[in-house]
Amino acid sequence: MNKNFIQEEILRSSGVNPKKCMKCGKCSATCPAYDEMEYHPHQFVSMVENGDIEPLMNSKSLYRCLSCFACIDRCPRSVQPAKLVEAVRLAVVRQQGKNHLTANDIPELIDDETPQQLLVSAFRKYTK
Amino acid sequence: MQRVGVFVCWCGSNIAGTVDVAAVAEALKNEPGVVFSTDYQYMCSQAGQDIIKNAIAEHNLTGIVVCSCSPRMHEATFRKTAAAAGLNPYMVEIANIREQCSWVHKDMTTGTEKAIILGKAAVAKVNLNTPLTPGESPVTKRALVIGGGIAGIQTALDIADAGFPVDIVETKPTIGGKMAQLDKTFPTLDCAACILTPKMVDVAQNEKIRIFSYSEVEEVGGFVGNFDVKIKKKARYVKEDICTGCGACVDKCPMKKNPNEFNLGMDNRPAIYIPFAQAVPKVATIDPNACNMLKNGKCGLCARVCAAGAIDYTQKDEIIEEKYGAIVVATGFNPISMEKFDEFAYNQSKDVITSLEFERLTNAAGPTAGHLERPSDGKSPKTIVFVQCVGSRCDACSEKGKEYCSKICCMYTAKHAMLTRDKYPDTDVYVFYIDVRTPGKNFDEFYRRAVEEFGVKYIKGMVGKVTPEGDKLKVQASDLLSNKQLHIDADLVVLAAAIEPDKSARPLATMLTASMDTNDFFTEAHPKLRPVESPTAGVFLSGACQGPKDIPETVSQAGAAASKVIGLLAKDKLTGNPCVAHSNELMCNGCSSCERVCPYGAITYEDKEFRMPNRTTKIRRVASVNPAVCQGCGACTVACPSGAMDLKGFANSQIIAEVDAICK
Repeated sequence: MNKNFIQEEILRSSGVNPKKCMKCGKCSATCPAYDEMEYHPHQFVSMVENGDIEPLMNSKSLYRCLSCFACIDRCPRSVQPAKLVEAVRLAVVRQQGKNHLTANDIPELIDDETPQQLLVSAFRKYTK
Repeated sequence: MQRVGVFVCWCGSNIAGTVDVAAVAEALKNEPGVVFSTDYQYMCSQAGQDIIKNAIAEHNLTGIVVCSCSPRMHEATFRKTAAAAGLNPYMVEIANIREQCSWVHKDMTTGTEKAIILGKAAVAKVNLNTPLTPGESPVTKRALVIGGGIAGIQTALDIADAGFPVDIVETKPTIGGKMAQLDKTFPTLDCAACILTPKMVDVAQNEKIRIFSYSEVEEVGGFVGNFDVKIKKKARYVKEDICTGCGACVDKCPMKKNPNEFNLGMDNRPAIYIPFAQAVPKVATIDPNACNMLKNGKCGLCARVCAAGAIDYTQKDEIIEEKYGAIVVATGFNPISMEKFDEFAYNQSKDVITSLEFERLTNAAGPTAGHLERPSDGKSPKTIVFVQCVGSRCDACSEKGKEYCSKICCMYTAKHAMLTRDKYPDTDVYVFYIDVRTPGKNFDEFYRRAVEEFGVKYIKGMVGKVTPEGDKLKVQASDLLSNKQLHIDADLVVLAAAIEPDKSARPLATMLTASMDTNDFFTEAHPKLRPVESPTAGVFLSGACQGPKDIPETVSQAGAAASKVIGLLAKDKLTGNPCVAHSNELMCNGCSSCERVCPYGAITYEDKEFRMPNRTTKIRRVASVNPAVCQGCGACTVACPSGAMDLKGFANSQIIAEVDAICK
């Protein structure tokens, strides 16, 4: 799919304007799942801004975000990085067509580190 | 009938690019009263002005219309030109065919059409113009400075130096302001008190300066050159002229546990106190909310120990009325509240402090006598984390912070970090920054010294959260350049809180009818060319009340404001604006509508005797306008139901003539 189309889609569905970011890194400073991520919250913002979406879509980082919204709460520029993460996740799901998360996929995703609440919320989101 | 000359300006290509100026001059030739019409490349140039002067003489003109830029730009220029040619300057009308026409249109046809219409309106108006002569008002040769910080002190000293009397109104018991609370000043590291207190003493000893400390401005009336101000001198329960500042009462007062405002509540002061050793005036003040004698009538110890007999428990607030020619606002700033920044645990831990509190902690006259100790347990901190931009540079819809850069934090944080490393070399000092902004003389060099010579660890990134755990503060932060999340066990966290205008600024602006921006900083008359004047005539701005500033900038602005005040006070008379309201007494029905809408208090009512038929007389109540106070806003002319109120230079008939010309 067209790279620009996905970028626009992500910006539209998230309602985030990454140009507001002043690159202070407070989102990454506040993130409790930072060490689990390959791409950190501030990188999400700059990569989406630069249209560098594909590595994000292929990254496990997408599913490490706890959706705790601490980054949204503390961002001085009201950028809302967690909403971008959510929008990228959605873009991935949409590309998969009907191949959403099923109950059978869950055991594979369970490990000691991932909070159960994340799986519950993911299951709720990606299942019809 | 007037003999009108029309002068159409090209303004280079600014107007001529979108308006066919020759066609405008040609079209206006046929308007009633017009006897001469021409166009020229730059009407405001000497050659252009000569065209106007010659035409006035040659064609015996009684009124002129200049189709050019906004009257804000060159109305004064063309009025002077007319006056030089012997024409009353108020017989000049400007048709704004640049800002309101050529600049906003792209098409030559519509641009030209509109320029002609604007020209016609101006011609219609000038036909009804009458020569006006401005009135004069005397100037009270005394200035009022509101705020006694470094801005107010410097302004007052400079005005007094020129020989004019100045009063300083300061709400605290002493002058000195924020600078008195600072330890050292960047980038030279002079001790703040060492350079400030001599100035405070100069103020106290200057015969031209009166200090109203512990006082507030209560009411402002009047206008430039003639302000009437009421100042409330709050009861300090100590006779200022008798108290010697010996401090015996302060030592003996039994009510010792009250938060000390001067040290930002980090230690206590008695109910009767002198804020600090070098206070000016050095006079004790009783805090009525803490004094047992004032609250319950029991104690009176201070009165007994006062050898001078200065204590007066019956003292009342006093209102002082004084006239001033000019007012300088120097109300300064405060750090914003950290209440809403939960992530930094300011409310949870005593060891999370603001930078101003850090100043007091390192100040030799502060609560710890200058030894850097943790507020919680008095231990020496071994790891200190400084956080920049707390509440500055926030998004417009942020409820916590401010949209602007507070300007001074980068430098004072570099200073704090450097001084800490200098005095306590075994301390680890981290500074988390988003950008380091050091655009000042020797500023960047200073910051580089902090890093290179003193080993301060500057980390590009922000602190995300601070969690008190045991006697440590767990700091979680990001290091953007190495793309890592850092976890630091700190002993002390210092927040560079954004600064905001003092809370007293907004009500004061209302009293002065001076304008403010959305952040409550006073607005200057022109952001570049008139930076120390408020748009309200006679009101000047000094220091951080106009925008965040460091000390050198504040002092420069204070001097600039003083020079503007001196320029005003040096005049014996002020020429007023002749375009003021006047009332036709025969038509006035005495309804008071105009008096109610006048924002300047220029309208009063008086009972006047009028001749009636058959040699009888009748007393009627009619409006009268004080032309010196009237600013010519025209609110009264709109409110007047009988049409008695009219504005000179903008008469109802003139406005209607303009509208008619446009609609014709």
